Amino acid sequence: MNKEIVSIIQKDHLYHLMLKGERADGRAFDEFRDISIQTDYIDKAEGSAKVELGNTKVIVGVKIMPGTPFPDTPDSGVIITSAELIPLASPEFESGPPRENAIEVARVTDRGIRESGAIDLKKLCVVEGEKVWMVFIDIHVLDDCGNLMNVSALGAIAALLTAKMPKERFGLGEDVPLPIRDIPVSITAVDIGGGILFDPTIEEENVAECKLTVIFNQEGAISGMQKSGNGSLTSDQLNNIVEISCKKAQEIRKKFLEI
Amino acid sequence: MSEKPEKFIDENGLRLDGRKIDQIRDIKIEIGILNRADGSCYLEFGNNKIMAAVYGPREVHPRHQQKATKAIVRYKYNMASFSVEDRKRPGPDRRSIEVSKVSREAFEKEIFTELYPKSAIDIFIEILQADAGTRTAAINAASLALADAGIPMRGLISSCAVGKVDDTLILDLNKDEDNYGQADMPIAMSTDGKITLLQMDGHLTQEEFKKGLEMAQQGCREIYELQRKALIDHYNNTQKEIIQDAPVESVKDISTESATEEDPIEDPVISDDVPDNGNTVNDDEIKEDIPDEKEEVILDEDEDNPAIVSDETEDDTLE
Repeated sequence: MNKEIVSIIQKDHLYHLMLKGERADGRAFDEFRDISIQTDYIDKAEGSAKVELGNTKVIVGVKIMPGTPFPDTPDSGVIITSAELIPLASPEFESGPPRENAIEVARVTDRGIRESGAIDLKKLCVVEGEKVWMVFIDIHVLDDCGNLMNVSALGAIAALLTAKMPKERFGLGEDVPLPIRDIPVSITAVDIGGGILFDPTIEEENVAECKLTVIFNQEGAISGMQKSGNGSLTSDQLNNIVEISCKKAQEIRKKFLEI
Repeated sequence: MSEKPEKFIDENGLRLDGRKIDQIRDIKIEIGILNRADGSCYLEFGNNKIMAAVYGPREVHPRHQQKATKAIVRYKYNMASFSVEDRKRPGPDRRSIEVSKVSREAFEKEIFTELYPKSAIDIFIEILQADAGTRTAAINAASLALADAGIPMRGLISSCAVGKVDDTLILDLNKDEDNYGQADMPIAMSTDGKITLLQMDGHLTQEEFKKGLEMAQQGCREIYELQRKALIDHYNNTQKEIIQDAPVESVKDISTESATEEDPIEDPVISDDVPDNGNTVNDDEIKEDIPDEKEEVILDEDEDNPAIVSDETEDDTLE
């Protein structure tokens, strides 16, 4: 299928809907799709979650094991985030080493966890300079129907919240939950012809010129941001997105904690 | 690596390297210093040393990447293994792939890609020495290398970061401020003030973000002026060289020839004493690098673009 031609027709369609204040699936501009989270999905992983946002499905698994710290942070644990966009999730994905989109999803998710201080890394130190706990967050996309950024971030924090440090297996005492301090929430919006749509579907993502992800910590401060896509945004648009996102982040966090 | 300083800003409101909070580091720009590349730029931004080269528009390899309606833009950000304290393993890593992606996206809309279907515009960045803010410095250099290659653009892209130390917003972080600071937000801006790149990590409140964005935009405007000046100086110098080399007869020929042409942008300014008004441009450069269709577009779109400044000083010709 020629994606570009479909995009032009779709772009026109979505743009005209936008002018009428509508979206293809009937949502309001700032309305998120339904979220469902199933934690402890994988027994073998130390923590895991299957997250669905509308039709988008992602599994996040957390593995924790002892390792050596980085020389510049001898007393801190290590977070390593990776994402795989496997071919079963979308006809656009190909097998092989991660491409830039997978790397971007992983790095932006990582940024949210790291910069919000969600994991208390100092508590992951076993012997300073020699042994610390390493937390591997692996994002597996099963069905890409849009907004992988937000789904991955939700999955990552859900999996981390249920993760246990496998101390027994490594003879380091009893299993304890991972020390979590913050719950970052990431909010993504796209710009379609000047209309700002939150939680974009894959169709909206494909026709949008520009996408902005903002990650908020519990206090409502910004922990990370990423603009992707070829377009540009004015500073008014940016401030507007940040303002709405902040409110959205609180809503999503409330829903998240209920689940 | 140095230790974390106790304070980043002293009682006089100056930073550890003596800068004010809203002052950018010194920038040194040299344009067109590589011979094989179509356009190039060497840029020093504080202690950063960046080399940028541009090729194209040229044939796309591999072919299947080509687009029927426009040129593709490729951006490769690469750090030399010796550019950082601990040797960096050569080749692309996840960081440089991400930096390349967002930087490319910062440029795509600014380039008239629709003028060159089925071709590629390649931007190569080599970080020779890294000292915080390499991606912003690289974008500034790439912008000038694109202009030097004669790639038609809507304007220049300027880039600069804003950050936070000691709960104070500062412009253009240095190494220590980057390592131990509370936030880092690089942005890139087009000439008309639109944000084409935005990343952020750390901790900023909404008000800080708003203020920081304004600061960074101001920084970008300052950098834009430097870029513009560098381009004008570059074209003034190349023109002087040509005048010195060429016999007087041929110089006269050029000026009378093109004076008859109707399109004012084609008019070269040839004089012994090159006026320093920023409006001169080397005719040879334009003709060589820029295909015909471009002129119209530039006239409509952006008369300020220093890469292709139009000539308004007709009186200054040789006769």
